[in-house]
Amino acid sequence: MGAIIEQRARAIARDVATGARTATEVCQAFLDRIRAEEARVSAFNTVMYERALARAAALDGARQAGGGRPDGPPLLGVPVALKDNMCTAGVPTTASSRILRGFLPPYSATVVQRLEAAGAIVIGKTNLDEFAMGSSTENSALGATRNPWDVSRTPGGSSGGSAAAVASRMVSVALGSDTGGSIRQPAAFCGLVGVKPTYGRVSRYGLLAFASSLDQIGPLAHTAEDAALVLQAIAGHDPLDATSSAEPVPDYLAALDRGVSGLRIGVPRAFVGEGVDAAVQRAFAEALERWRAAGARLVDIELPHARFAIPVYYLIATAEASSNLARYDGVRYGHRTALGREDGLREMYDRTRDEGFGAEVKRRVMLGTYVLSAGYYDAYYLKAQQVRTLLRQDYAHAFAACDVVAMPTTPTPAFKLGEKTDDPIQMYLSDVFTVSANLTGLPAISIPAGLSPDRLPIGVQLTGRMFDEATLFAAAHVLEQ
Amino acid sequence: MLTRADVAKIAELARLDLTDDELDLFTRQLGDILVYVEQIRTLDTSGVEPTAHVLNLPVERPDIVIASLPRAEALANAPDAAPEAGLFKVPRVI
Repeated sequence: MGAIIEQRARAIARDVATGARTATEVCQAFLDRIRAEEARVSAFNTVMYERALARAAALDGARQAGGGRPDGPPLLGVPVALKDNMCTAGVPTTASSRILRGFLPPYSATVVQRLEAAGAIVIGKTNLDEFAMGSSTENSALGATRNPWDVSRTPGGSSGGSAAAVASRMVSVALGSDTGGSIRQPAAFCGLVGVKPTYGRVSRYGLLAFASSLDQIGPLAHTAEDAALVLQAIAGHDPLDATSSAEPVPDYLAALDRGVSGLRIGVPRAFVGEGVDAAVQRAFAEALERWRAAGARLVDIELPHARFAIPVYYLIATAEASSNLARYDGVRYGHRTALGREDGLREMYDRTRDEGFGAEVKRRVMLGTYVLSAGYYDAYYLKAQQVRTLLRQDYAHAFAACDVVAMPTTPTPAFKLGEKTDDPIQMYLSDVFTVSANLTGLPAISIPAGLSPDRLPIGVQLTGRMFDEATLFAAAHVLEQ
Repeated sequence: MLTRADVAKIAELARLDLTDDELDLFTRQLGDILVYVEQIRTLDTSGVEPTAHVLNLPVERPDIVIASLPRAEALANAPDAAPEAGLFKVPRVI
């Protein structure tokens, strides 16, 4: 059967269901891997060694009582990691921020409950850019995560801990959250499949909010099949999230082998031509050629407003963040500043937040506060929302001529740790190809597309129609053949 | 052009007690970011409806009481609380 940590999630679940392996054996293998690799990669904020083994033992007990069944729960015994901005009852949830030090959520996020209902074992919480604000996992109060392919480089971000944990096989699959590319960019940098589902496809209940009209939770996995398996488990309406959709969830696994025959792939040549690394251009062209050879048709399209997506994103995301992060005030949870005799409520708020938030979070809260403030709202925030409409119209026009839109996921492979930390705008530009999917709500997937001459992974991205993740999985699967 | 006084005012609105160094850094960086985002002002958006949200979702739901967090659990993470009284504690307001 080969080493357990090399197995696909689907194979692990099947082996545990039939009794070919125990959940305990699987869990122990991944925990051993964490003990060996974590010092090199620093992917985790918390590893739940005892809790995970206790859960594995409980699953094994239940399975023995019920007998072996090949049609067991779809993720039975599969070790998963969660980005540390998803609430886990009784387990620290920090968003990699000082301001949430000591916070123990009283409930678990809907995605956690659904993963566990599908038989998965949560074995850790992974590092992120504080409150998911960043593209390198360097903006973490707990220190940077490193890319397992080259530890002098970032794993991308903000779901860099989840990507590094899966890439180094410390877990089988993981969840990330994606507000502007935070699943897809680290997936590309770490050689994984990463999915930003359609807005509303996955419940955000229990996800610490960054930008509520953009945030979505999705999987990071080694294969399209494993990503489909995880999305199948977490997707669907949740009464606890008013923005979750009641749209039926199709069978993603059944769609995997559908192929791309007749699929029209739109390529926005003008947009992807500029500022893209030569190795990325080459990998992108090769991926397009492979899809064409498998029966897809390439169609030239234009997305005239895509080059405005980064400024629109940073106006809208920061505005929403400034409102969402107002709740961190030292009253109900997390950090509170040490108070002197003369200090009042105002001093408590102002010092608690200055001490609790890191530089990037402060920058974004400040920018968001500014663009929402009297006198600037129309010029910045309203204007950005109008350009958001123009961008949606670009995609609506494109989808009249094609079924999916292809781009590189990122302009370059993984950059060096520290390379962009002093220049926020350079860091923001690494999201140039990913933010549009969040602004439009469309689903998008990053798919491994080979290595650069420096042996760094490169990703290509497909964006689909609303709620058409199935086509993305099918097209991704073709590249894996 | 964003001034240091503007940034101090924003910090006050955002409830952030910034240090002098932070004020200097953010004046420069926020100024750069605003210059960068200015490019969207070259677009003609007259008559374009703003997008606040991409889904057309019902804004109302039935007014039904469902289980909520027990008070003791809601208070359990507080830096300072009076659980027996069911209250969060904060410094004096006046």
